[in-house]
Amino acid sequence: MSTVTCPECAAEINLEEGTEIGEIIVCSDCGVDLEVIALNPASVQLAPREEEDWGE
Amino acid sequence: MITASIIGSSGYGGGELLRLLLAHPCVEVKQVTSRSHLGEYVYQVHPNLRKRTQLKFSDPAALEPVDVLFLAQPHGQAQHHIAEYAKLAPRIVDLSADFRLRDAAFYEQWYGEKHAAPEWLSRFVYGLPELHREELKSASYISGVGCNATASNLALLPLIKSDLLDPLSPIFIEIKVGSSEGGAEGNSGSLHAERANVIRTFSAFGHRHTAEVIQEMGVNASRVSLTMTAVDLVRGALATAHAKVKQGVVTKDLWKAYRAVANENPFVRVVKEQRGIYRVPEPKILAGTNYADLGFELDESNGHIVSMCAIDNLMKGACGSAVQCMNLMMGWDEAMGLEFMGLHPI
Repeated sequence: MSTVTCPECAAEINLEEGTEIGEIIVCSDCGVDLEVIALNPASVQLAPREEEDWGE
Repeated sequence: MITASIIGSSGYGGGELLRLLLAHPCVEVKQVTSRSHLGEYVYQVHPNLRKRTQLKFSDPAALEPVDVLFLAQPHGQAQHHIAEYAKLAPRIVDLSADFRLRDAAFYEQWYGEKHAAPEWLSRFVYGLPELHREELKSASYISGVGCNATASNLALLPLIKSDLLDPLSPIFIEIKVGSSEGGAEGNSGSLHAERANVIRTFSAFGHRHTAEVIQEMGVNASRVSLTMTAVDLVRGALATAHAKVKQGVVTKDLWKAYRAVANENPFVRVVKEQRGIYRVPEPKILAGTNYADLGFELDESNGHIVSMCAIDNLMKGACGSAVQCMNLMMGWDEAMGLEFMGLHPI
C-alpha cells in the first residue's frame, strides 16, 4: 500500500490497492479533492475545487 | 450507580443537566430543587422530560446527602452556601460563575463585588476537560464554564498550545450567541417582538467571560477583547477569533495544531471542508450535542488567522461539560451519557 501526504493539510493518506493515475481521491482529514498524478512513487496534487459563492 | 441532586433546576441550565443525568447509565437523580416551582412536577417546567421522570421540585432546605451535588443557581448564590453544600456531598459541580476564577481580586475586578468565599476558589478546578483533564480526575470541586468563554477558549486552544500566535498581536473575538444564554428569567429584551430577527451587539467589550479567557489562555488582559452579538437562534454560540500568527506559520502548521487538539479530545472536531454545505463550524447542527467544532482560515500573505469554534451553549458551554467533568471525576469514560450526535436536518 502506498502512502501520500496531503498537500493541503499534511495528513498521511493510504492509497487503496488498484488506485490509478488520474483518479480523484479525497483527503479524510480536510476533505480536499486530490488527483493521483504518479504511482511509483505515489504522488498527488490538488484537484480543482468547487467554490462557494454565498453572498456574492 | 451514584446519586446526584441539582440545586436550582428550573432554569435552562438545570433542565438541560437533568435531561443528561436522567439518561446517564450510572446516575440516579435523587432531588431537584426550585423555590419558585416548589412541589411542581419537573415536566411542567421542562416539557421534554414528560414521561421520563416523576420527580417534583424540592425545597433546597430539604436536601439529602448525595454522591455528587450539581449547583445550577444564578450567579452569586453558590458562594454564600458552599460550606453547607459541601456537607451534603463529597463532590460538587457548580455551573455558575462563582468559582471559575482562581483569584479573589480578579473576581472582584470582573464581577464588581467581593467574593463571599475566597478561601474556596483554589479548591475548585476549572471545568473544561480540554484544558484540565488530569486535574479533574482527582478533583472534588469543579466549576462550570462560561459558554462564550468556552467557545473563545477552544477557538484559541490549538493556536496557544502550539505557540503559533504572534505574541504582540491583539486577539479580537466576535461571538454570536443564541437567546438561551440569557437564561429562563427573561426581561423586556427577551420578548419575542424584541428578540426575533435580531443581530444585536449587546456587549462590545468588557463581558465577564473575558476573564475566563485571560485566566485559561494565559494571555494579557490588554491583548484580548470579546464582543457579543445576539442572533436569531435559541441554542448555539459561534466564536470567531482574529489574530496574527508568527512569521513563517503556514496552513499546514495550523492543520497540525488543530488536528492534535482534536485527537486529544473526544468532543473536539475540525471542520474545514472543501465541499458540501457545512464547510465551517456552525452551531446549528450541534444542538443538544457536546461537540465543539473548530475551523480556521489563514491569509498567508499577512499572517491573519481567523479561528472559529461552534458549540451548543447549553451543552459544551455548560451542562455537557459539567457531565463530562463528573465522568472524569468518577473515573468513568468521559463521553458516557453524552453520545447524542445531533440532528440533520434541523
